[in-house]
Amino acid sequence: MGYVTLSQVTKRFGGVTAVDRLDVEVDQGECLAMLGPSGCGKTTTLRMVAGFEDIDEGEIRVGDRVLSSKRGNYYLPPEKRNFGMVFQAFAVWPHLTVLENVAFPLRIRRLPAAEIEQRTREALTHTNLLGVAHSRPDDLSGGGKQRVALARALAIRPDVMLLDEPLSSLDPHFREEMRFEIKDLQRRFGFSILYVTHDQSEAMALSDRILVMRAGVVQQVGAPTEVYRNPANRFVFAFVGLSSFLRVRLGEGGPAVDGADLPAGLCPPLPAELSGAPQAVLATRPSEVDFVAEGGLRGVVRRRSYLGEMVDYQVEVGGQDVRVQKTRHEPGPAPGEACGLLLRAARWYAADESD
Amino acid sequence: MSAAAPRFGTAQVLFGLAVGILVIFVAVPVLLIFFNAFWVNGAFNVADVLKVLRQKDTYEALLNSLVLASGVTVTGTIVGTFFAWLVTRTDLPFKGAMKVLFLVPFMLPSFIGALAWKMLLSPRSGYINRFFQEVLGFDGPVFDIYTYGGIIGVETMYLFPFVFIQVCGALERMDPTLEESARISGADLFTITRRITIPLVLPSILSGALLIMLYSMAHFGTVAVLGIEAGIYNIPTLIYEKIHQSAGSFDSIRTGTVLATVLVVTAAFILWLQNRVLSRGRYQIIAGKSFRPTELKLRGLRYPLLAFCLAYIAFTIVLPTVTIFLVGGLKTYGLPLAAENFTWGNYRHILFEWQLTRDAIWNSITLGLAAALITMFAGVIISYVIVKMKVRGKGILEFLGMLPFSVPGSVIALGVILAWSGKFGVNLYNTVWIILVAYIARYMAFSLKANSAALEQVHDSLVEAARASGATMWQALRDVVVPLVRPGMLAAFFLIFLPALRELTVSVLLYGPTSRTIGVAIYTLNEDGETVYSAALAGIALVIIVTGEVVIKRFFKTASGS
Repeated sequence: MGYVTLSQVTKRFGGVTAVDRLDVEVDQGECLAMLGPSGCGKTTTLRMVAGFEDIDEGEIRVGDRVLSSKRGNYYLPPEKRNFGMVFQAFAVWPHLTVLENVAFPLRIRRLPAAEIEQRTREALTHTNLLGVAHSRPDDLSGGGKQRVALARALAIRPDVMLLDEPLSSLDPHFREEMRFEIKDLQRRFGFSILYVTHDQSEAMALSDRILVMRAGVVQQVGAPTEVYRNPANRFVFAFVGLSSFLRVRLGEGGPAVDGADLPAGLCPPLPAELSGAPQAVLATRPSEVDFVAEGGLRGVVRRRSYLGEMVDYQVEVGGQDVRVQKTRHEPGPAPGEACGLLLRAARWYAADESD
Repeated sequence: MSAAAPRFGTAQVLFGLAVGILVIFVAVPVLLIFFNAFWVNGAFNVADVLKVLRQKDTYEALLNSLVLASGVTVTGTIVGTFFAWLVTRTDLPFKGAMKVLFLVPFMLPSFIGALAWKMLLSPRSGYINRFFQEVLGFDGPVFDIYTYGGIIGVETMYLFPFVFIQVCGALERMDPTLEESARISGADLFTITRRITIPLVLPSILSGALLIMLYSMAHFGTVAVLGIEAGIYNIPTLIYEKIHQSAGSFDSIRTGTVLATVLVVTAAFILWLQNRVLSRGRYQIIAGKSFRPTELKLRGLRYPLLAFCLAYIAFTIVLPTVTIFLVGGLKTYGLPLAAENFTWGNYRHILFEWQLTRDAIWNSITLGLAAALITMFAGVIISYVIVKMKVRGKGILEFLGMLPFSVPGSVIALGVILAWSGKFGVNLYNTVWIILVAYIARYMAFSLKANSAALEQVHDSLVEAARASGATMWQALRDVVVPLVRPGMLAAFFLIFLPALRELTVSVLLYGPTSRTIGVAIYTLNEDGETVYSAALAGIALVIIVTGEVVIKRFFKTASGS
């Protein structure tokens, strides 16, 4: 039984359905990342949980407490929901000191002075802000400001934390550091996290489960490894991890790529739902393609770029591109050289209009 | 563009021009005022200045300026902040239209408004007072516009947009998550407004309030129309009175220069304060992601508040404007506003027959065009040197460039009289040329502001790329910089042309028999008791100004849209 429960949650803006009948549950202490391109409805979903947007259909509950319910015609305003929330653009108040920022939610709740003092101190300690408690947020770096936002959210000891792209305004270097800090804090305090991001590596590193959204519709919910290894559809395959797609004709004589040999047995068996289709798409990940001198799917290396530890190849196969990545220790063909490709783990998807 | 060429080149010419223009048009007049104020009988003399300040009429004028400016600042700030909040943060119906309407007072000349209010509320003959007495049976006049309250009220109607614009801007740009994070922290909307929103926009409120104060302190028209009758003088009206009545005697000029000095110092102080408020207190509150801020649901108050806004606009914009046109159409002032008393004769007389008013309209249009053109070009040169060039002595230029902002109109007029009435070999007194010189000084600040803003958008690398492609500095200016700042120059032109059309404060001190401007003609006709002609001319001025504003808005909209 989930702790935070969204059932059939729908939101429309004008004629556009931003979130369409979304069902998901988040357990106590679990971190769920909502992943998708901008405009997919992930932030709207988070804002509905926070209470900044009302829902048009469905219900949102935390434990046995109803927050929003269309059927019950009930809506609890954000200030009554008792969540911690961190925003992308920090949203720390520049006219208050770090300490005043963190103490604000406690003062609003009219807690005893001693408790405010103690809880503020605790939140500042866990976010390494004690030393700058009396500074103004504008004197801190981006990472510092986001720590203040985190401390402010922690101060009320929420059992659910809502994070809206909290790392995307930070320098790459700080991003990784903050990732681990958030994870540590969650381990220590045991709150649930709803985490919105468009960065798949962030989602993978932080979350217990990932929810991939597209145009308001949930594409897949699952553990990071599950989503990566077993994408539910072509969109998820493309969005989570690097990918190349190869157009394949399906005719009498088996699968064929225009202008190149596709030896029998190179690709996985065609799933039943694609039999009879005139063409399909073969999806591969650059790390799951190997070079062979003889045989394989024949192509020519068009470009080779060093990415440091990895080397990235762009191989032209009958006018289409396939990306291959190898570590720098593995030998590979030079640009202009012909080569063969072996697909270790390819997947079939239906072709769409763009193919 | 880094190291300036050591030899005498384009850079040096531009720098010299910039300094020259500012010195001749702005610095010399101001210096002459200080000199005349403090230099008595060949010696520096502070005691004498204090003596002037201790005279009853001088310190009363100082006090009045302070009282009136403070009053207008307080009321204007309250009105402006309230309306700004209403149109940005609530679900008031027709918010967009209301926002435009609240900006209308900005383009209407306040002294014309003052005339209208005099016609409505003067104790003896005001139409509203007469209505109360004749129709409702009151014994005496109910309202008296010739009071501090009356002046403050009328000025507030025209100055509150200073705060309105600033606060609207701040509330619209503010990152909504600053308020959302307070909500999720448990605060209700009232608490958020009090503890988050207002503190965050306070710098903008204060900055707008200081602009109102600066403007009101140096404002001539309203006080001249409504105050003189009741003996209420502020600094600009007393300067006018002294210069006008004593026909340029030494004593009156000296009193004028001392008052002008006080005005300059006050204005500089207010500007310095505003600068501090803006630089110290302006927070980085600009939004990244744009979700709309939570609107306060007015619920039952929605339509009552809309009605209130509409009533405010009807009362402060429509009523005075209609009054001006109606009175302008009366056969004789004081007749009841009934159909048989109206005539087109006044308007025809003013436009086609009367030399005085035709001269005034011609003068204002030509002066406005000339001042706008000259000041636009001068402004772009000066701004270019200040914003873009690295030459020795730029500090002086930056200081000189600040001057036009802090020199009020009556001070400029007085300084121009001192500088250009024959003392230095050129006598422009009583001609339109002296008004032109004063307009250039008065509107230089507008031009500098618009042009520097445009120039700051032109990145240095664009010029460097032109130089690297082989262009000389002059060619780079002509082919790269000027085309890019053209919108700023155009903006400067209209920012000057439109206000110059209705200018009063400066021209009223400088006009001669044939060099009346529209503002002066309206004002003097009213002084001479020619109320209907004054109103008719005011009506024509309103038509010209509003047409101009609308045409230009349309023009800029299509220009930026393409």
